[in-house]
Formats: sequence, structure tokens, C-alpha cells
Amino acid sequence: MKQQSEKNTIIESLIKKYKDEKGNVIPLLQDIQDAFGYIPEDAVDLISKRLEIPESKLYGVATFYAMYRHRPGGRHLIQLCTNVSCMIMGAEMLVNFLKNRYGLEEGGTTPDGRFSLMIMECIGGCDTAPSMLVNNDFYGNLTKEKIEEILEKYK
Amino acid sequence: MEKILLRNIENPRSADIKEYIKNGGYKDLLLALKMQPGEIIEEVKRSGLRGRGGSGFPTGLKWEVALRDPKSPKYLICNADEGEPGTFKDRLIMEKNPHLLIEGMIIAGYAIKAEYGYIYLRGEYPYVKKILSRTIKEAYDKGYLGEDIMGRGVKFHIKLYQGAGAYICGEETALIESIEGKRGQPRIKPPFPASTGVWGMPSVVNNVETLSNIPYIIEIGATAYLKIGTPECPGPKLYCVSGHVKRPGVYELPMGTTLREIIYTHAGGVRDGKRLKAVIPGGISTPILPPQNIDCTMDFVNMPRYGSALGSGAIIVMDETVCLLKVCERALRFFAHESCGKCTPCRIGTKRMLETIQRILRGAERDEDIESLLELGSVMDAASFCPLGQTAPNLVISTINHFREEFESHIKEGRCPS
Ligand SMILES: Cc1cc2nc3c(=O)[nH]c(=O)nc-3n(C[C@H](O)[C@H](O)[C@H](O)COP(=O)(O)O)c2cc1C
Ligand code: FES
Repeated sequence: MKQQSEKNTIIESLIKKYKDEKGNVIPLLQDIQDAFGYIPEDAVDLISKRLEIPESKLYGVATFYAMYRHRPGGRHLIQLCTNVSCMIMGAEMLVNFLKNRYGLEEGGTTPDGRFSLMIMECIGGCDTAPSMLVNNDFYGNLTKEKIEEILEKYK
Repeated sequence: MEKILLRNIENPRSADIKEYIKNGGYKDLLLALKMQPGEIIEEVKRSGLRGRGGSGFPTGLKWEVALRDPKSPKYLICNADEGEPGTFKDRLIMEKNPHLLIEGMIIAGYAIKAEYGYIYLRGEYPYVKKILSRTIKEAYDKGYLGEDIMGRGVKFHIKLYQGAGAYICGEETALIESIEGKRGQPRIKPPFPASTGVWGMPSVVNNVETLSNIPYIIEIGATAYLKIGTPECPGPKLYCVSGHVKRPGVYELPMGTTLREIIYTHAGGVRDGKRLKAVIPGGISTPILPPQNIDCTMDFVNMPRYGSALGSGAIIVMDETVCLLKVCERALRFFAHESCGKCTPCRIGTKRMLETIQRILRGAERDEDIESLLELGSVMDAASFCPLGQTAPNLVISTINHFREEFESHIKEGRCPS
């Protein structure tokens, strides 16, 4: 966990970057999430003060979009698709595998803080279903064995 | 058919600007900059190009409205939200042929006299973001973007904007709200974005694939372009095939190719010697088709005659092992999750439909459940604010129409016949 003052410096500098830009809220929230892995409450508080946008409005935006996270997660984020093409190609089995092998539930984090899991709608990898993202990397044609091998790379 | 949108993509460096220019890239931009904006629009109108984002709206008409509007600045927005489940064609263009999209955007921007363009890229494509950032930088460095493009006194800038996981933001007015930094909820139409779009200014919203057709139209002219595809829907089309086929992937074929040809000739047919059970032809918001209907021609005009729609060209092939009720249940979970909450028929309707399907799957033996799904579906279709809620019931209703016995068997016997 970063020190509070260091955290505030990061938030302030990100706010400064977007201060004079129209439609700045979404890229700003994205950058905040990239920096901390989620959107901390103090960040919303500071954005509200600096950009003079009511907090309620910011939360309205921050909770509308599915990819914004509001709690700290694990070091690596697994985003596994279970939409129709992935489902009929066996995604459900993979959800069970992640649960049994790593103790990962939807929205949960492993006790060692290594992985978090998000169940996704289609991530545009249906031709290689079932598919997932780990952080910013895409993986397709998944099997239990393949997932296990891929996750080895993320310590 | 010669590859147009997927030209040169087998080349591992196809995304590179040098490679693109070596293959004739940005030549069409120079041609376009020597034409008047009105002339370009006339050519695009004559080409018969229809938007590939799902609605099939004539591209030239939309451009004309924006060009004629007295307000400025004007904006060109590339819709790269690609959210319709089953769709992955725009991703392929952006990964393998991103300069084609940029060239198309610059021409479109010039034609409508927009000096600013946005690419609204879905949050689920972080690795595409990296590619596009580099592509845009390369185009600036070469003078194809900026204050004075190719020394012809034309200005155009592109900004990459990333979404954050909301299907509704693919709807053009919700997308505009999102660019303005708000919750992505659709606006009432009219006014249409072409006259009142982002920041209240004239804005053309076009799909990635639509814009990627533009350089070729300029290159060969409308008359030659009209020879591809059908007279009502000309041009090449990217079909995305997924599910139980031997060769899933994106296929570039003339618009109006039959579903049968796409599945059997190109995608290799159903894998593992299984029987075809059903096909979703245009993404999960389009009605399902039984095997006897796959001779339909995949274009905007003909698909409704077969009881479905081209949608985004996302073909999901299902073999005999698939339980269609589970597919409906998964689709409804998607729509219930993605409903933006603005209107009641969609927000509540998707939830009630989902609960009903889940009840049937649990074997609750209520005969009236089928009727209540049909009724909910017709109310949502009639009363929802935007096409999300209007089309959310399509899959369920069409599955009841074509596969009613599967619903009945679940209700009466508590099991799936497949
Ligand atoms: C719920 C919903 C989602 C949509 N998603 C997309 C999308 O992801 N990409 C897209 O290009 N169009 C999408 N559209 C269609 C757009 O509203 C719009 O018609 C299209 O971007 C216009 O571009 P085109 O004329 O080039 O097709 C969606 C529409 C609705 C109602
Ligand atoms: S359905 Fe999973 S990637 Fe498209």
C-alpha cells in the first residue's frame, strides 16, 4: 500500500493532466485505476474538489462502467469471458477450474493476493473461445491445462 | 474475391506504416484531398455503402447531413466499441490493418469538414489501444494527420478514447454521452448526431469496418465498387464465425453471401461430425435460425425476409449438443447486466425474462411461462427506449418460435432433449 501523501501526489498530478480537457472524467478515472488497480474513495474526493464536479455525479459515472473497480484487487487480474460463444466452447468448466484450483470466485481474490477474477461479457475473442485477458494480455483456445500454464507466468 | 479490408494481413508487419505505404496506402487520401468534399460524398452515396455497425444506414446520407449543417466544429467519431457478443471483425482491422481505418477516417473527416476525430475503443481491447496509439503517432509523423495534411492546407486530428466496459456505449448517442464524460445512456432521437452530436455539434458516427471501406471506394470509384456484393447492399463484408465449426474466424466475402456458404465452404462446416442445430446469424441480439433457413443471403435487406437480421455479421454456430435454453439464459444475463437502466421495459423486462428462463431451467413445470415470455418480449419490443431493450428478447422469442418443443420438454419433463 502506497503512503497517503505519495498517493495524493499521484492523484493530483493525474488531475492536472486532464484539468483543461473536455470530457476528462472517464480517461482520468481510467488513469487512476491504472495507477492503483482500483478507484480509491480519496481519489473521487479530490477530483470532485479540483474539477468542481459533485461526488454523486462522479460516483454515478464510476459505477456505470463495468470495468471500474472500487476495491483493491490482486496483483494480476484475470478477465474470463463466459458469453455465448465461450460458453458453448466450455467456459463454464474453466470457471469451475479456477474455483477448485485457485479458490477464485467471481469478483474474488486469492488469499495470497496474486489473482483476482472478473467474469466478462464477450471480449471479442470468440473465434478462439474460450478466451480471457490477464491484465492487458489476451489468451484464447483455453483449456484447464493451458490456463494453469499461462498463470504460471504471473507471479 | 480480392481482399480489400483484410488486404496483406498475412504479412506479420501489416500494421506498420511503411508496409502499408508500400502496398499503396495513403494514395487514396491524396486522391480524395484533390476532390471537393461534396464530390466525395456524392461518390460514397453512389457506392451504396451502408453502415456496418448493425443498422445498415446509408453512409453518404449521414455525411451529407453533417456537411450541410451550418454549425461547427464538426466531429467524426469512429465507433470501435464492438460490443455485440460474437463480433471480432473490427478488432482484426485495428490489429492488422489499422492505417486503413486511419486513412478512411481522414477522408471522411475531410468530406464532412470535420477537423477532429475520435476513436471510441472498447475497454476490453487494451492491446489494440497500444497498436492504435502507435498507428496514430506514425500518421502524425508522416504528415497524414495534423494541421496541414500532405501540404494541402487540410487539418485533421484524431484522439483515442477508451470505453470502460458498457455494451450500451456502442449505441451512438450513448457513445457520445460517454465521450462527454457521462454515464452512457442513450439520448432521444431526433435530433440525430449528424446535426447535434458531441458537445451539441454535428457528429458523424461510423463503424470501424464502414470507414475502412472508404479508401477503396475512392480508389476504384463507385461504379466499380457497386460490382461487389448485391445491388441493394454493395461491397465486401466481414463475417465473424464462432462456435462449433472447423475453422472459426473472420471471412471477408461479398455482401450477400449465403449463410450456408459461409458456414460450410469457408468455416469448414460443423466440427466433430456433429449435426447442425441452430445458428445465430448477426450477434446475440438477432433472432436465431434453424438449419432449414441457412440458405438466407447475409445482407441488410434480405435477412429480415428470413426472420432475422445481419446485425454485426457475428455468426454463432451451434451443434446438436447445445441446450438452447441455456444459451437464452446466458444471453439474457448479458442484456440484464448491460441494460443502462434508463427505461423500465428494458431494465425490468430483461430481469423478468431472465428469471422466467431460470425458473424453466430449474424445472418448475409452469406451462404459462412460455406465454409470459412472449408477452414480455412484445412489450419490450414496443416500449423500450432504444434498440437494446427492443432487440433483447429476439433470441428468446425466435427460439420459442423455432424450437418450442425444447421449451416444452424442459417444462414438462424437467430435462433438455439435447
Ligand atoms: C445497444 C447497441 C449497441 C451498439 N453497438 C455498436 C458497436 O459496438 N459498434 C458499432 O459500430 N455500432 C454499434 N451500434 C450501432 C450504432 O448505434 C450506430 O448505428 C453505428 O455506430 C453507426 O455506424 P455505421 O453507420 O457505420 O454502422 C450499436 C447500437 C445499439 C443500439
Ligand atoms: S463470447 Fe467470449 S470472447 Fe466472444
